[in-house]
Amino acid sequence: MSPTMSHSNAVSMPKRIALQGKYETLMMLSNGEQLVLAVVLPIIALFGLTFTDLLEGVAPRSIDAAVPGVLALCVISTAFTGQGIGTGFDRRYGVLRMFSTTPLGKAGLIFGKVIAVLTVLAIQVVLITIVALLLGWEPNLWGIIPAVLFLLLGAATFTALGLLIAGTVRPEATLAITNLAWVLLAGVGGVLFPLTMAPTWLQPTLDALPSAALGDALRAAMIEGQFSIASVIFLVLWAAAGSFAAIKLFKWN
Amino acid sequence: MVSSVTPSLIISELSKDLGPVPALNNRMLRVLDSVSLQALPGQVTTLLGSNGAGKSTTLACAQGLLRPEGGTIELLGQDPFGDNPDLRSRVGVMLQDGGLPPSMRPIPLLRHVAGMYKKPIDIDALITRLDLESFGSRTIRRLSGGQKQRVALALALAGDPEVLFLDEPSAGLDPQSRQVVFDLISEQRDLGKAIVLTTHLMDDAQRLSDYVYIIDKGRTVAQGTVTELTTLAAAEHENRPVNFGATPSLDLPQPPAGLHLSETAPGEYHLTGVSSPEHLNWLTSWWAREGILPTHMNLQARSLEDVFLEFAQKEETV
Repeated sequence: MSPTMSHSNAVSMPKRIALQGKYETLMMLSNGEQLVLAVVLPIIALFGLTFTDLLEGVAPRSIDAAVPGVLALCVISTAFTGQGIGTGFDRRYGVLRMFSTTPLGKAGLIFGKVIAVLTVLAIQVVLITIVALLLGWEPNLWGIIPAVLFLLLGAATFTALGLLIAGTVRPEATLAITNLAWVLLAGVGGVLFPLTMAPTWLQPTLDALPSAALGDALRAAMIEGQFSIASVIFLVLWAAAGSFAAIKLFKWN
Repeated sequence: MVSSVTPSLIISELSKDLGPVPALNNRMLRVLDSVSLQALPGQVTTLLGSNGAGKSTTLACAQGLLRPEGGTIELLGQDPFGDNPDLRSRVGVMLQDGGLPPSMRPIPLLRHVAGMYKKPIDIDALITRLDLESFGSRTIRRLSGGQKQRVALALALAGDPEVLFLDEPSAGLDPQSRQVVFDLISEQRDLGKAIVLTTHLMDDAQRLSDYVYIIDKGRTVAQGTVTELTTLAAAEHENRPVNFGATPSLDLPQPPAGLHLSETAPGEYHLTGVSSPEHLNWLTSWWAREGILPTHMNLQARSLEDVFLEFAQKEETV
């Protein structure tokens, strides 16, 4: 053991990350606007799509067509919009700087945020699943494992993109961009509605969006029990590009 | 500074550029130019200078938050840059803007940060000491500047650090909390911690410091103990003004060469140029001759402020 190690007054890395994860999760859950975005709006979307015929032809029953898209929306709410806004304001107030002077460090901060995103996402998924089952949802059981995988991959991709925006522009701009993106992606980004419903000339562009890859993959899994390789490739590419740019461009203060 | 103790912080020849600055045709601005300093355990080392002199930039470099263009920094014998949790666990930092999350309450935040350390300081005692309970129910967003300062200081102390960096620790504090904060700092010093603080307040520097570096325009212009700086530095033109109060509008006698006597306000007199006991003798003989018994008098010692102004003026004329 080096002399430095024996002097250390820091608790172990896993313990630091667990502590920070808990802290960040509580921060997210105690924010009212965040809860509206994470829980209320997705549940409204679920009811809206179940009791209308907006998703006609996507699946035999509306509810089965609606749930995968609503889960994709939950990922974007938490990993991208909520987490991005939180990080943007943390940066403004010097909170990132303060934590990076503690044993937590930058790596601990980022892992803490990842834990918070995954925890809040897990809560969302459980809530949506309960409501959906009560509404008569019958998922394709073969699709459960692929769906979980895509939810995780989607969370990683959108966390990277959220951090990229939060770390490069002013927090007010992050707020505007991530909220606007949430609305646009939900409406026409392939999240709630499959892009086969979009005008043909727009499809190739929209198909390249990570939101479309996530929405399509979840629908393929939960409606047909399929695993979409194309979506994996798209999401991994977006996650890689987003992470690379965030690491290069993120300004800590 | 001659000492056999290993310094906790050694900064040599530090230089830092910021910019590009639009006002300078987008050239870089050199904010630190060859700053060297060290801080010993069991001492308060103060960086004294006006706003914008480069004090906070020096601290940010020493803490590893800002990468300098040149020079070396050794913090507890290690390189402060990069994620180094073991080093961070031994160093406490109070940032100038505090870096406190506005939606948190102070005590849960303090307990959270303390959880990162194997042996944190006695948190309950610290809470009582800094009276954090008195505003514990409020979120940080709703605290006054002074209250935020106390929370930020508590966070810096949470890990019972060996080195404590305090950027303007007394800013925004009322006299009472200022005393509490100063007592805490002195205690930490007596426990053998190395304390590095910045201030633009001469009074703070004079009260707290064991060793002072005067920083002006990104350079160290003078250094020494408070006593060294106030007595030795400019002994050749030592000048201790005398102030006294007496009946207004006295007929002032002509003082010896080099002295100047004036009435600065009705009944307030000021004698400058006093540099030998003979001069005091001259003053008191005049009082005896005229039957003047002053209401008060004092011999003004050279303050750190005089030293600071003197060096700042020197800089101007260079």
